[in-house]
Amino acid sequence: MIREAKATRDYDRKRHRYDGWLHGVSLCAVMLGVFFLLVLFLIIVKVSLPGLTQSYFVLSVDFSEEWIERGDIASGRYRKVLKSGFSELLEGRGSEVRVRDFGKVLSSRSSHILREMVVSDPALVGRRVEVRLPLSDIWDQVNKGLLSWESLKVHRGVGESLQLLFLELKDDGLVEEHWNVGVLFRGDSRFPEVAGLYGAIVGSFYAMLVCFLVSFPLAIATVLYTEELVPRGRFRDIIDVNINNLASVPSVVFGLLGLAFFIGSLGFPRSSPFVGGLVLGLMSLPTMVIAAREAVRRVPVSLREAALSVGATRQQSVFHHVLPSAMPGILTGTIIALARALGEAAPLLLIGMNAFVSSDPGGVMDPATALPTQILIWSDSPERGFVARAGIAIVVLIGFLLLMNGLSIYVRSRWSSYDRYG
Amino acid sequence: MEGLSRIKVECRGVSAFYGETQALNEVNLSIYDHEVMALIGPSGCGKSTFLRSLNRMNDLVSGCRIEGEISLDGEDIYGRGMDVTRLRTRVGMVFQKPNPFSKSVFENVAYGPRIHGMASNRSELEGIVETSLRRASLWEEVKDRMKQPGSSLSGGQQQRLCIARAIALNPEVILMDEPCSALDPIATARIEELIAELRGSYSLVVVTHSIQQAARISDRVAFFHLGKLVEDGLTGDIYNDPKDDRTLGYITGRFG
Ligand SMILES: Nc1ncnc2c1ncn2[C@@H]1O[C@H](COP(=O)(O)OP(=O)(O)OP(=O)(O)O)[C@@H](O)[C@H]1O
Ligand SMILES: [Mg+2]
Repeated sequence: MIREAKATRDYDRKRHRYDGWLHGVSLCAVMLGVFFLLVLFLIIVKVSLPGLTQSYFVLSVDFSEEWIERGDIASGRYRKVLKSGFSELLEGRGSEVRVRDFGKVLSSRSSHILREMVVSDPALVGRRVEVRLPLSDIWDQVNKGLLSWESLKVHRGVGESLQLLFLELKDDGLVEEHWNVGVLFRGDSRFPEVAGLYGAIVGSFYAMLVCFLVSFPLAIATVLYTEELVPRGRFRDIIDVNINNLASVPSVVFGLLGLAFFIGSLGFPRSSPFVGGLVLGLMSLPTMVIAAREAVRRVPVSLREAALSVGATRQQSVFHHVLPSAMPGILTGTIIALARALGEAAPLLLIGMNAFVSSDPGGVMDPATALPTQILIWSDSPERGFVARAGIAIVVLIGFLLLMNGLSIYVRSRWSSYDRYG
Repeated sequence: MEGLSRIKVECRGVSAFYGETQALNEVNLSIYDHEVMALIGPSGCGKSTFLRSLNRMNDLVSGCRIEGEISLDGEDIYGRGMDVTRLRTRVGMVFQKPNPFSKSVFENVAYGPRIHGMASNRSELEGIVETSLRRASLWEEVKDRMKQPGSSLSGGQQQRLCIARAIALNPEVILMDEPCSALDPIATARIEELIAELRGSYSLVVVTHSIQQAARISDRVAFFHLGKLVEDGLTGDIYNDPKDDRTLGYITGRFG
């Protein structure tokens, strides 16, 4: 009797020990996940932090009528405007630095920036103004302390006098650091200091739009066909299995399809968000179909019976009752599939959405990049400024993804409460 | 009253099959105008199958096959000329578990009349909804909650809402499959009162598991056993003097 009691106690203790182990192991798994998430977060912060600001130089220039004709502002000689600004600055300080050398401190796009300024505000002609021009990538790095004077001297042949001048100008408050807002509103460029994400954001938006317009109706139609129109049986099982298999096809394959069929056979423009959206739409279709199918299957039979019992036709039962009830599930699945498509780069590489495009896309047929391909382009570039901007692009992309996930949660909660109360 | 009534639904030699298994075997049964017919019998004897064959709800079930003849006012409901959606407006149905649409109280009742174009404008529709809710004795409880979802009502209210939904189509026959089995005794009593009120206007066919309930609400009773109709007749006759031993056994609670 007593021995039996002891055996039971031992057995129980053993069982509880297993409980403890299970607890420990699963806790470790969670901690490991959290750890890597933290590392990821830190890396993103570290990479993108330098790109958050941009250094500018405050230069006084004279938009003299000598170089800019009022009638033809666009073809003014802005290089001259810039150069004379440099000369004045250097002479005023009695510096022996040559204008050409000092010019390298500022972005090579400076004269274009001056032109854009005057074109958008012609009243500037004939006036002397202080303008803020971005520092070139190298000097931006130097200003932020990311590049040493030593390497500047060794690798770029920057002389002592220029270094001293720069420090002097900085002391005088002529070098400023501002939030890099422009990165969100400018197109891509060969020069990191003026390169922006705008084209990629617009390209991604167009691609998502096309993707949604293609995949959502197709997914709904497919689900209606398999769930409501085709009787249960072999044919339906074959369709189901095929869709499940399609969902596991690697995304690159869809890119190949886009290249061969949409661009090759149908002749749609390369690098266009239209083709990108089609490819991403086909890629998302199986995922959406599966989500929508599950949602439709979860609608209880009793609801269909209720509809039919008041004399609704099959279509009325589907469109008035089944689909609205399944909509939260369908939309959640759709948003998640779209979020996946938004972050997808591989198929876009094949259809050329990783080309260098400096003009903003005006429509779905114009060449463009997308956020993930822009990240690839920039992180591949040797300039440090581009790598930092790739970090910014990653943050923007993650921001959009979080937004979409939040939207799916919102839709789910809102619609299910609609189902309960509305 | 029996003699004056005419036959509303007539079933002759009705058999039902789910694939290979036979659920109903040669059922002959008539349902008269303005009567409450209770279907009783042990679980799995085919009551629901029979009930659902009366408004062709079995069409939904793949593999289900009905043989024999069922006519409504002399018209074969499985015949080619019968539009199944029209049939279901004439033969309404209330289910075991309340299954309101996931729409407002108003929409729940208004949906049927709307899809059949029974109201030409909003106020007419509102009239139909109010009348139906009154007849289902639910109006007083929900008249201020028309915009709330049907599922926010209590179980008993939901069941009456489903009855109102059926009534709104102005049917001739109402089928009820164990309408009280998901309800508490008080809600059950309300539904039973309601059935008593409705009997004057419609033919009601009610499946029930409660022999007492059948006795309370019905004019006539049909007893099913293993897919066969064993006996049917006036409720009093069946309860006092069953012809068949199986009926006697079921009524006295010896099996079932
Ligand atoms: N969808 C179906 N598929 C296959 N067999 C079915 C189906 N529905 C019912 N059956 C079978 O038909 C027979 C009659 O079922 P039915 O539901 O009509 O019984 P019932 O009298 O309503 O029972 P209960 O009182 O438990 O509701 C049962 O043997 C059941 O197993
Ligand atoms: Mg039943």
